[in-house]
Amino acid sequence: MSPARKPTLVLVGHGMVGQRFLEQLADLGVTRTARVVVFGEEPRPAYDRVHLTSCFTGTTPEALSLVPDGFLATHGIETHTGDPVTALDREARTVTTASGLVVAYDTLVLATGSYAFVPPVPGRDADGCFVYRTIEDVRAIEERARTARAGVVVGGGLLGLEAAGALTGLGLTTHVVEFAPRLMAVQVDDGGGAALRRAVEGLGVVVHTGVGGQEITTDATGAVTGITLSDGSSVAAGLVVFSAGVRPRDALAREAGLPVGERGGIVVDAHCRTSDPAVYAIGECARAADGTVYGLVAPGYEMAATAAAAIAGAADGRPFTGADTSTKLKLLGVDVASFGDAHGRADGCLDVVYADSRAGIYRKLVVADDGTLLGGVLVGDAESYGLLRPLTGTVPPAAPEQLVLPAGLAPPTAIGPAALPDDAVICSCHNVSKGTIRAAVAEGGCASVAEVKGCTRAGTGCGSCVKVLGQLVNDELTAAGVAVDTGLCGCFAQTRQELYEIVRALRITTYRALLDGYGRAEARGGEGCEVCKPVAASVIASLAPSIGADGYVLDGEQAALQDTNDHFLANMQRNGSYSIVPRVPGGEITPEKLIVIGEVARDFGLYTKITGGQRIDLFGARVDQLPRIWARLVAAGFESGHAYGKALRTVKSCVGSTWCRFGVQDSVAMAIDLELRYRGLRSPHKLKSAVSGCARECAEAMSKDFGVIATAAGWNLYVGGNGGATPRHADLLAQDLSDTGLVQLIDRFLMFYVRTADRLERTSVWLERMGLDHVRDVVVDDSLGICADLEALMAAHVAGYRDEWAQTLGDPERLRRFVSFVNAPDTPDPTVTFTPERGQIRPDLTALAVPTAEATAR
Amino acid sequence: MSTPPTTLELLLPDGSWFPVCDLAALTPGRGVAALLPGGAQAAVFLDGRGATYAIDNRDPFTGARVLARGLLGSTGGSGGGPFVASPLLKQRFDLTTGVCLDDPSPDRAVTAYPTRRTTN
Ligand code: SRM
Ligand SMILES: Cc1cc2nc3c(=O)[nH]c(=O)nc-3n(C[C@H](O)[C@H](O)[C@H](O)COP(=O)(O)OP(=O)(O)OC[C@H]3O[C@@H](n4cnc5c(N)ncnc54)[C@H](O)[C@@H]3O)c2cc1C
Ligand code: SF4
Ligand code: FES
Repeated sequence: MSPARKPTLVLVGHGMVGQRFLEQLADLGVTRTARVVVFGEEPRPAYDRVHLTSCFTGTTPEALSLVPDGFLATHGIETHTGDPVTALDREARTVTTASGLVVAYDTLVLATGSYAFVPPVPGRDADGCFVYRTIEDVRAIEERARTARAGVVVGGGLLGLEAAGALTGLGLTTHVVEFAPRLMAVQVDDGGGAALRRAVEGLGVVVHTGVGGQEITTDATGAVTGITLSDGSSVAAGLVVFSAGVRPRDALAREAGLPVGERGGIVVDAHCRTSDPAVYAIGECARAADGTVYGLVAPGYEMAATAAAAIAGAADGRPFTGADTSTKLKLLGVDVASFGDAHGRADGCLDVVYADSRAGIYRKLVVADDGTLLGGVLVGDAESYGLLRPLTGTVPPAAPEQLVLPAGLAPPTAIGPAALPDDAVICSCHNVSKGTIRAAVAEGGCASVAEVKGCTRAGTGCGSCVKVLGQLVNDELTAAGVAVDTGLCGCFAQTRQELYEIVRALRITTYRALLDGYGRAEARGGEGCEVCKPVAASVIASLAPSIGADGYVLDGEQAALQDTNDHFLANMQRNGSYSIVPRVPGGEITPEKLIVIGEVARDFGLYTKITGGQRIDLFGARVDQLPRIWARLVAAGFESGHAYGKALRTVKSCVGSTWCRFGVQDSVAMAIDLELRYRGLRSPHKLKSAVSGCARECAEAMSKDFGVIATAAGWNLYVGGNGGATPRHADLLAQDLSDTGLVQLIDRFLMFYVRTADRLERTSVWLERMGLDHVRDVVVDDSLGICADLEALMAAHVAGYRDEWAQTLGDPERLRRFVSFVNAPDTPDPTVTFTPERGQIRPDLTALAVPTAEATAR
Repeated sequence: MSTPPTTLELLLPDGSWFPVCDLAALTPGRGVAALLPGGAQAAVFLDGRGATYAIDNRDPFTGARVLARGLLGSTGGSGGGPFVASPLLKQRFDLTTGVCLDDPSPDRAVTAYPTRRTTN
């Protein structure tokens, strides 16, 4: 025994803030000088509560853990999980636990978090009522959801919507009941609440605002059957989740005579110390020096740092006097952000509002009369949150009328991160300012976003600042004269476009030759990487006939280059099963073929869905079933739809002049011709097209990479359209083309794109980069004199096309890869299982958890 | 001239060598899955230089048994060591240690099994 007794520090509560506190203690060396004992009520060490909802989609409790392996042991921290502290004796300086342990402390830290408040509605304890706070809650809800069809969430705040998202994800019809007149009343104003409501309703959630829950109804066994509401209506449901706010867990402190706030929360000073100098409180159980009980994790982390510094006696401890409660969240897929004075409470402030109720977008900025930005609310489009939040308190360099416009409408002149002052906080999770980030690059020698993340922690919390972070790091590197490496990846210093030219000019037909001859010195002779392999495979495949390579994408070395989806000619799904999308050119299909699809789906038990691309997707095939399924499809005349490849997807069509009273050209025939012409073309990203029979545009051609719209005189060709996350309307490239003129121009356009685009650059982004006028000069007016070349390349592609599935089925060697296990070719993967839903199947994600047999085999 | 068949084996946690398959069943630069005694699955790889590796087949980020179907690489991040990128969310795992290169926390690591070849 050492003569000087080590002081004992006891931490009550091992949640998110408790764990951060322990890490800070270890950093400050306190774990070496003191005995540290932790008591947690939950059965496991700290985990990431913020991402609790991901448990419903298969994330395991282990994966959510916040405690690095070996952390507790390395620092000699004694941990007691599942043993809550039940009493605190401040006179004797001891705590007593449920199991009867009594431990004496020199310093006590309370980090007991919150509990979910359950309003006193009759029936609230019935079987089927839950709260939403812990992993155990998730498990209980999941279990119950198996037998329920509908669920009710009481409370329409942040957590309520999070819970509603989880219930819809479990396949329940979900209702949200909110007493306030709008959703997320704390964060957003009426306008934002209305936009949010529309967006949430659009996802099928039924929203009841301005009503309270009156009573939980039950059946004879005491199980929940529904809820009656204060407006007299009732909702039938098999489960109810209460999410009506949280209350600080301050009972221990309260009973030990420590002061608590009027609405709860252990009262602490700016160093997180209670009125008893030996006792600290941090996180959601504490009422901070500014009188606020913070319900977010970032302020809790700040308190953890403050308390640890105070306990360590560190000179540079930062007092905690309040925190920014700005938040950006994705709830049910809808972006919601609020920052600063979101409700416009300051005197004489003005609101600048943009609202598009059809699109569910609402954006409001609050400005003082001198132009200072005070705060704002963004719903539906929170792209600019990362820039606007740090500008709070300053007069922004652009007018609020411009700043309030959503991403697509804002003039490019608006603002970039360059406009931010150095003290603007870029990452609010870890409180990192723009100045710190710039210094990390300029003085700290960080040369990439990853390195800046590593040394400042910026961007490693909620992730909402990463985009701005990337721009700042690049700006700073450029300013420092460091050439920003535009190379494709760690293996190649060239861009995709440069590699394409090398492959074409030198007729290189293997990845090995490309890597060893043209790769970065350190990469030559190596294995390459997952970025450049598929790019090389795609470039070689799109040039195959003209450089003398094999067009079949799976033989020899090519097999090792393709992404998994290309390798198995199908799309991998979340549980490792595959989906199959046969080509349906132009969306036209005979009844016989429909019947075959139906029969195949039925016989193999596949989930069947009509896609957004006018074809049919069959989900849930195991890898070993793919050849048998395709044998049936190929026999019926189907071929690969390349849903797995960076290649042509679909050419959608409308009915056109054959049937439609408005049609002026045969859009179906043209769509089929185009789809058959360009099928199988490997490209930098996927390619989509559509043909409409008249200007009414039922085929949505203007949202496609190349879209065709019929005119009385022929066809108009539009290019560079995009749906997806950043939609773009296509630009008119040429008008009133003949059939052959149209095809010739598309040939040129596509090959020019394939030749010059970056990896994963859709035509929309590429066109913006090249400029429409330049592309028109090259492909219409042949300003570079390459059009004959481009046409020849396309002609070679068309002549060389073979259906990949037919080629695969004909060759036993190629079929060998389609087994679940190399050493048990006839055994299906037992973890690929399904459960029923609406008369079909869905992946059973519980089968993906680590089974005990496997876990113990480690 | 035909080369004699070579069997690829991996070392189980119980200390015994488990024969997986003939080396010829592997494509350089890709992997295959193998069923182990007790129900665990291994992802077994052959790289371009002829070296073999085995790690657990379960992707710790999604739970799906798919790592055998990822792409191999060696450049960037791992100091030239071989890795596989998960086909689902693209995290990379070091083939010799099982550590996830994009998230080195221990609960994201997978078991790595030593391998050897025997000629019969
Ligand atoms: C099946 C389908 C959804 C459906 O059930 O309708 C679908 C499913 C997928 N889409 Fe899609 N998209 C489908 C139509 C669309 C459409 C609508 C359309 O084509 O008319 C769009 C918007 C139009 C566009 O692309 O411009 C669309 C925009 C995306 C995007 C965003 C692209 C972008 O540029 O922003 C991605 C992500 C990507 O490609 O990087 C994506 C990616 C995906 C992936 C490949 C995600 C993945 O990697 O697993 C999904 C594959 C599922 C599978 O295994 O089959 N999907 N996807 C649709 C298949 C159409 C088909 O028959 O081939
Ligand atoms: C579904 C969900 C989503 C969320 N999303 C966000 C978000 O997007 N952004 C955000 O900032 N915040 C979010 N939060 C809030 C965030 O999780 C909390 O702010 C954070 O967990 C607070 O940390 P804490 O350590 O104070 O409390 P907790 O993490 O709750 O930890 C307290 C721990 O103490 C234990 N304990 C209590 N009493 C005792 C006792 N007597 N003895 C021993 N142990 C005890 C508890 O069991 C618990 O494990 C979310 C919360 C939930 C539930
Ligand atoms: S785009 Fe024109 S031709 Fe085609 S279906 Fe619509 S109205 Fe008819
Ligand atoms: S703001 Fe959350 S990670 Fe930076």
